[in-house]
Amino acid sequence: MNWLVKTFSRRHNWSIPYLIFLLIFVVLPMILIVYYAFHDADGNMTLRNFTKFISNAEAANTFVYSIGIAIITTLLCILLGYPAAYILSNSELCRSKVMVVLFILPMWINILVRTLATVALFDFLSLPLGEGALIFGMVYNFLPFMIYPIYNTMQKMDHSYIEAAQDLGASPMKVFTKVMVPLSMPGVMSGVMMVFMPTISTFAIAELLTMNNIKLFGTTIQENINNGMWNYGAALSLIMLVIIFATNLFSDEDDTSTTNEGGII
Amino acid sequence: MKKFFAQTYLWLLLAMLYAPILIIAIFSFTEAKVLGNWTGFSTKLYTSLFSGGVHHSLLTAIENTFIIAIISAAVSTLLGSIAAIGIFNLHHKKKMVMNTLNNIPMLNPDIITGISLFLLFVSLGITQGYTTVVLAHITFCTPYVVLCVMPRLQQMNPNIYEAALDLGATPMQALRKVLIPELKPGMISGFILAFTLSIDDFAVTIFTIGTEGLETLSTYIYADARKGGLTPELRPLSTIIFATVLLLLIVINIRSARNKKQSNA
Amino acid sequence: MKDSNFIIELNHISKRFGDKVVLDDVSLFVKKGEFVTILGPSGCGKTTLLRILAGFGTASEGEIRIAGEQMTDIPPHLRPVNTVFQRYALFPHLNVYDNIAFGLKLKKVKADEIDMRVRRALKMVGMTDYEWRDVNSLSGGQQQRVAIARAIINQPQVLLLDEPLAALDLKMRKDMQMELKQMHKELGITFVYVTHDQEEALTLSDTIVVMSEGRVQQIGTPIDIYNEPSNAFVADFIGESNILNGTMIKDKAVSFLGHEFECVDKGFGENTPVDVVIRPEDIYIMARTDSGMFNGVVQSCIFKGVHYEMTVNTAEGYEIMIQDYNAFEAGQEVSMIIKPSDIHVMKKERLCNSFDGVMVDSTHVEILGASFVCAEQADIEGGEKVKVEVAFEKIELMDNKDDGVVEGDVRFILYKGDHYHLTIRTENGDNLYVNTCDVWDDRDIVGIKIQPEDLKITKA
Repeated sequence: MNWLVKTFSRRHNWSIPYLIFLLIFVVLPMILIVYYAFHDADGNMTLRNFTKFISNAEAANTFVYSIGIAIITTLLCILLGYPAAYILSNSELCRSKVMVVLFILPMWINILVRTLATVALFDFLSLPLGEGALIFGMVYNFLPFMIYPIYNTMQKMDHSYIEAAQDLGASPMKVFTKVMVPLSMPGVMSGVMMVFMPTISTFAIAELLTMNNIKLFGTTIQENINNGMWNYGAALSLIMLVIIFATNLFSDEDDTSTTNEGGII
Repeated sequence: MKKFFAQTYLWLLLAMLYAPILIIAIFSFTEAKVLGNWTGFSTKLYTSLFSGGVHHSLLTAIENTFIIAIISAAVSTLLGSIAAIGIFNLHHKKKMVMNTLNNIPMLNPDIITGISLFLLFVSLGITQGYTTVVLAHITFCTPYVVLCVMPRLQQMNPNIYEAALDLGATPMQALRKVLIPELKPGMISGFILAFTLSIDDFAVTIFTIGTEGLETLSTYIYADARKGGLTPELRPLSTIIFATVLLLLIVINIRSARNKKQSNA
Repeated sequence: MKDSNFIIELNHISKRFGDKVVLDDVSLFVKKGEFVTILGPSGCGKTTLLRILAGFGTASEGEIRIAGEQMTDIPPHLRPVNTVFQRYALFPHLNVYDNIAFGLKLKKVKADEIDMRVRRALKMVGMTDYEWRDVNSLSGGQQQRVAIARAIINQPQVLLLDEPLAALDLKMRKDMQMELKQMHKELGITFVYVTHDQEEALTLSDTIVVMSEGRVQQIGTPIDIYNEPSNAFVADFIGESNILNGTMIKDKAVSFLGHEFECVDKGFGENTPVDVVIRPEDIYIMARTDSGMFNGVVQSCIFKGVHYEMTVNTAEGYEIMIQDYNAFEAGQEVSMIIKPSDIHVMKKERLCNSFDGVMVDSTHVEILGASFVCAEQADIEGGEKVKVEVAFEKIELMDNKDDGVVEGDVRFILYKGDHYHLTIRTENGDNLYVNTCDVWDDRDIVGIKIQPEDLKITKA
């Protein structure tokens, strides 16, 4: 008992319970994914799960298709979201903070509810469900996740950079391309992370938006896990993790905390 | 002129973002089975949602969702606050390690968190159900609590804990009389955020909920949507969820705005 | 030692964070009722020392006694000391009254006694009628008073003050200094005061402890420390000084500024390199005459309120600072006289840099955590331990840190009349001493290079 009191009288040791929790519920499960991916159902070490993925045309196709959809969704989100973030952060164009909240609000609604709402909208307008609905649904679902980090970066940007550029003789266009765009890149990058990643990993969304006609990679993983193919599912998860890790390296943005803070504005 | 275009653009985007939700909300006030048919104003869907006229399981799902959310949010708040104090007092390298570990659940796509926890529970031979869902929710909620409490710690005068000890308080007394009152705003925001995240979750829940017939709102909606039809009662339900989330977010925002003002004073 | 009249005894205290030595064998004895100031630049270890006294940190080595009681491992809440923190550390969620009563409430003192004592403490710090105010609504000075009241109400044997006035403006600071001194007299308890402000230290203290780089440089009364600084650091840090390289020719004769002077110091030996310190007000300046000891031309003249501060270039090429009530315009030719008793001669702490190193191979030696190219060493094997000496002038500093073999930053700058003597801290925490004519600023990051032939290597 005494050593316990002594241990916890030093405040940095208060992180120990959480460290243990993280080790059990975050680190160990991740290790398990790797373990399952490289073993077969009988517990023998194998690479079969990966060869199965490569040789299985359907799974590989779904994988490539998902990446394609994710890229299109991400690009559309940048295209639509960047100007919106720019306007929102520019006090001359948009003075009201309420606007910002309105853009961020949908982020907090259950993704299934949002997806069902999209389905309802397409029904209401009697548009067919399919690839178009899928892309619309994805953009609709993830656009706020693009706008928010970009807005955040622009908001925190020191206004004197822009004034300095003007002072040095840059035209408004040049100010935008030479100062605004490069300085807002970190925001765009974390936006890309927050859109690209969920788009390839979501399941259920695609089924609902396409009446089960189009499958994305997330769905494939989920189906395998549901059907008891844990090892294969784990291998597919690992492949997804590698892709995400690669995008993470590519975007070179470790400062996600700015986009995840509790306070919304 | 420029401002006009900017404003128009923003409103168009908002229209796109809110159209699906609005349609659901509007058609929650009519009786028609098929969405899009307006058969006159009625609150029958609302009454039938709560009178139990619909499936009993929907009410159970709602109840489960809230109980799980309250337990997970409470435990996450406790665990996360203590952890935040610990992490804040760690030194460089250890602090970085803890922050990285804390970021993993936030960076991981939900499906990975879900599958990895699923593998953990099956590997340990734990029957999945209430407990596993709660544990899973604590796993992805706690990092956000840590992020909510951390800024309070950073703003806090680093000496006030020591001042309490200096004036004769034992570490426990210092925690109770000085640290907790100081961190309370962050803890409350963290609790609300964790609560919202838990209610909202679908992907992690579905992998950890097991096959014992336990349902939360998300899994209920999912199962319902997969059956092909949208239960009409989901329309008032979605509307209520949207309104609740709206309310909670407004509360969080007002709180964080007030905190900012206070700390600036 | 139990019955000694020292209230605080610090015996050989050392503190390390990893490899970094923050306190190096500090010993300090404080008499009951004394006002002791620990003075030093930021990062000298003074705050760490105070925290060890209060119990917020533990010493890596050494022993602490307060009032004769062994305190080394006693947690802060059981020590008979109270602290006034640098940024007050008032509890923001409590009002003035509850802040001050905090300690007494923990001790379960009766409510009416708490009431009486809080009022008395408030009166003492001149804050009567402020009980119910929110602490966030108080000015810096008022918060400081509440912090002091909160500490002294517990009747500690020792009051620790960690730069308590640093956040106040100049006028406020002067007033508070007087009040602190008054309070010290009334309370009769021991004050240990930490500051980087030498003027504050000179004004307030009975005893000053000058610290630098984790070590005690000098302990003495304000007058001793000002008049008889024990080394170049203390001389530079306390008041203003001309610090020059000199040579002790024999007892009572020293040469510097290119001239030979009579002095009162002895016992340094013959032809020994020394540091010479002369306070700017101790140099007598007059229009050019033949009776001066040395001559020069006024470079600049600034009015400082009471006196004029002049920079004079001597005929021999040195630059010295002089304070005098009479002004001599820039460009004027002047003569100077220094009295023997105003020349302070100090032993040099070191004559060159010396490092412990290891031979990598016959042309490379590892020192400062990096491998330097050296002249070929025929008789020393690779892997053998060696001693490496480098003259102050022979270390090259590069603007671009990547141009050097190792990187460091400028920690301390001493102007020595015709060159700067810099202390450079390398990434590994080693200190290098460099003489240079180039101007560097505090905390500049530099690259460090040494020519192979300038590394003097001997077997350890």
